[in-house]
Amino acid sequence: MKKNDLKAWLYLLPAILFLGIFMVYPLFDVLVYSLEEGYNSASQSYHGVGLYNYAYVLRDPYFLQAVRNTFLLVIITVPLSTGIALLISLGLNAIKPLRNLFQTIYFLPYVTNTLAVGLVFMILFKKTAYTDGLVNLMIQWFGGQSVDFIDGPYWAKMFVLCFYTIWVVMPFKVLILTSALASVNPEYYSAAKMDAAPRWRVFTKITLPMISPMIFYLVITGFIGAFKAYSDAIALFGTDLNAAGMNTIVGYVYDMLYGSSGGYPSFASAAALILFAIVLTITCINLLISKKHVHY
Amino acid sequence: MEAKLDFDRIERRAKARKRAFTAADYVFLTLWALMVLFPFYWMVLTSVKTYGSYNSEYIPRFFTLEPTAQNYLDAFTAVPLGRYFFNTIVFTVVTTGLMLLVIIPAAFAFARLEFKGKQIAFTLFLSLMMIPNELVVITNYVTITNWHMRNTFQGLILPSVTSVFYIYLLKENFEQIPDELYKAAKVDGTTDFEYLIRVMIPISKPTLVTITILKVIECWNSYIWPRLITDNPQYFLVSNGIQEIRENGFGRENIPAMMAAVVVISVPLIVLFLIFHKKIMAGVSRGGIKG
Amino acid sequence: MKVVLDHLTKRFPSRTKKGDDVIAVNDFCFEIPDGKLIGLLGPSGCGKSTTLNLICGLEPPTDGKIFFGEDDVTRLPPENRGVGLVFQNYALYPHLTVQENILFPLQNLKGENKLSKQDMLEKAMQAARLVQIEGLMERKPSELSGGQQQRVAIARALVKMPKVLLLDEPLSNLDARLRLQTREEIRRIQQETGITTIFVTHDQDEAMSISDMIVVMKDGIVQQIGAPQDVYDNPTNLFVATFLGTPPINVFDAKIKNGEICIGDRAVMPAPGIRDQDAVLGIRPEGFILDQNGPLEMKLNRVEVMGRDTSVVSTHPASRNAQVRSIISARNQVDKNAETVRFSLIPDKVKVFSVKGENAALWAGSLESGRAHEEE
Repeated sequence: MKKNDLKAWLYLLPAILFLGIFMVYPLFDVLVYSLEEGYNSASQSYHGVGLYNYAYVLRDPYFLQAVRNTFLLVIITVPLSTGIALLISLGLNAIKPLRNLFQTIYFLPYVTNTLAVGLVFMILFKKTAYTDGLVNLMIQWFGGQSVDFIDGPYWAKMFVLCFYTIWVVMPFKVLILTSALASVNPEYYSAAKMDAAPRWRVFTKITLPMISPMIFYLVITGFIGAFKAYSDAIALFGTDLNAAGMNTIVGYVYDMLYGSSGGYPSFASAAALILFAIVLTITCINLLISKKHVHY
Repeated sequence: MEAKLDFDRIERRAKARKRAFTAADYVFLTLWALMVLFPFYWMVLTSVKTYGSYNSEYIPRFFTLEPTAQNYLDAFTAVPLGRYFFNTIVFTVVTTGLMLLVIIPAAFAFARLEFKGKQIAFTLFLSLMMIPNELVVITNYVTITNWHMRNTFQGLILPSVTSVFYIYLLKENFEQIPDELYKAAKVDGTTDFEYLIRVMIPISKPTLVTITILKVIECWNSYIWPRLITDNPQYFLVSNGIQEIRENGFGRENIPAMMAAVVVISVPLIVLFLIFHKKIMAGVSRGGIKG
Repeated sequence: MKVVLDHLTKRFPSRTKKGDDVIAVNDFCFEIPDGKLIGLLGPSGCGKSTTLNLICGLEPPTDGKIFFGEDDVTRLPPENRGVGLVFQNYALYPHLTVQENILFPLQNLKGENKLSKQDMLEKAMQAARLVQIEGLMERKPSELSGGQQQRVAIARALVKMPKVLLLDEPLSNLDARLRLQTREEIRRIQQETGITTIFVTHDQDEAMSISDMIVVMKDGIVQQIGAPQDVYDNPTNLFVATFLGTPPINVFDAKIKNGEICIGDRAVMPAPGIRDQDAVLGIRPEGFILDQNGPLEMKLNRVEVMGRDTSVVSTHPASRNAQVRSIISARNQVDKNAETVRFSLIPDKVKVFSVKGENAALWAGSLESGRAHEEE
């Protein structure tokens, strides 16, 4: 090897070392774990190789609950948050005064600690002996029945989780869409104006196609992000998500690994790989659809 | 004359529609701004209400006339919030610093140096970007446990000091520095390392600042890894610290004190954001990364 | 459709708080006759593009009025004006095919103007045929050359039969050869459709070669309006004279003495009817005649042979340009090694301007017509 080659690899060495130990090796290791049956973390021994871990996970009612919660969360929040973000960005794009102020405010949740602000949402929605909480108060103003969103019925808990998730992911989407809208050449709008195109037609025929690559990008990253939901749920419902019936797939993986129900890295690995397979499949489907619909 | 009247009407209608649209737009934007800001307001408001007054308000009040700092005192005395805070600062500073030390040479090698196997190595690097954290966390947890590094700073820090994405971002930036500068430096007898330190890093400072800020945000808010790797409150960071406060905090449900803690751990990043909001937003939209 | 600009003015607020407003268009009055091709000409920043935006309604004027025919359209939104605009960068929708691009304006028609699908396709085809792109209908803009994109843009602007067609720097994105070809094309299309057409350009060749009339602007103020040859022959001031013509007119400091024009101490030409004063002289490059006994003696720099013509480059102390360029027929033999060269002048090609203010023309040079302007 030449001296120059050696020097280059030396520059890369720290990165390779860290990535090797904490990314590449674990990648293979997780596969191995998921196939080792009856692994015991105390004695580090196992008694067989096979797909039993996958079978176990797929039959585990907690896992199925987690899958159900995660899919619901994904199906509700991804389209809703992208849609609302599009509305907000269009609104932002149409004004001049105060635009920067609004943009800055909208971005604020991005830099806040999900766990910490989650607690605020919890007290806003929670019903205790002392108070029904602010949200319930508002529901009562409009003549509704108060509900405990944190310890109450499933739909209420799901609602809070989706609501908080949307609140958390909105800054990123608004930012991306606003800059996508801003980068559309204004001549297209002038041209459309000259052609007397109505507002709605300008939106569907020009704006939407022009920013469609970014919308698809957001949908894809939105799916991936929502499938990995975890800390939002923890913030709202506490660490024992299984008891609350609000666990997510990622939550299930960590519960299997650690904590009161932990100590089963094999089950955790199998669940993580199942999640990876789901995300990969959905991403591929998304990419195929976007190939068909994003022109240019 | 007929035509003239018609024109006036068209013009008036167009103006009225535009005005109505703009008004509706501002209302809508303001509503969403309130939606975003309200939790922050509520958290500050609650944190300055006394324990007694908070619990006696069956119908929560939107303001308070007797603000108190007692909750902030409680947050630092009744629970080890100061400790969590200190840990997080150490974790954030060391992780970010080490990361820069690791990614700068790597980005330099990929951007500037010619060596055997560069293409393959870079492709492998890029493919690592697709690997989700959830897949590797399990083994890392076992690795750190086996190294007896649970409840240590090393255990917290080591797995987070590299980022393929940031290497990629920095490499792209390094490549934009014109070749002529490198050739000129070579003619002047500058070594590669000196060139990196004296030319490339100063030129790429904006990108490095962006990367640093983004990494600081990421570190400050990280929850999953600290929760897995520490069970001794001596080593908790703010995220799992606040969770600990929530579950076994002040001995009783002391929501105002909890909110005080929430305010304290939210403030540093909000201040950072208010100072650097242009940089942060530009960095996030360029990097296209999700928090 | 006749277009009337009546004291049209556009002021932009200053970028700095204390600075003065920028006046992009200042008191523009012009009645554009129906069916003509008008070139709006001027250096960049002279307000010609703003004028275009005012006419099509993308910007409201600060003052003044715009009439299409007898109708006051000053405050009408652009979509109701019935104008077609071709953008400098064409602004073709990249995700739509050529056909969809051309159909776009037709699909916006409402009410009684609404067309059936068949009619729309028919009209789009007509427009495409007019600009000769009927074979490209299924392509996307990115698959077309610059010239083809230009044609699509024109077709899109023409398809709804606008009352007025506006083109913003239509040739600036094309290479030199295509430019020549396309400007002929614009001329042909304009004549076939008979639509009043206004185009903006900074290239005087372009404007002179195809326009029925040109409008020369500078700093928001109209300098001169007229037929191209007329403006070239009788520029109202020094700016118009220097702006039109390649190579540019040669400018000398001169004096009028006893009815004669003097450069330095030599009288170079009679100029009857102008009173004695200092003046600025403009001599077109083609206004020089090689003459052994000519009154104008210059130091010879070099001779450039260009085939049909010969270009003589010389210097003179009274010249405002570093070099004086004269173009003479190649039949003349010029001694390349001579120290000096002597010329006499063609009166038609010599313009006399005042030294004051805007350098208004004092005398347009043509002795026969005797167009001597008295100084005000």
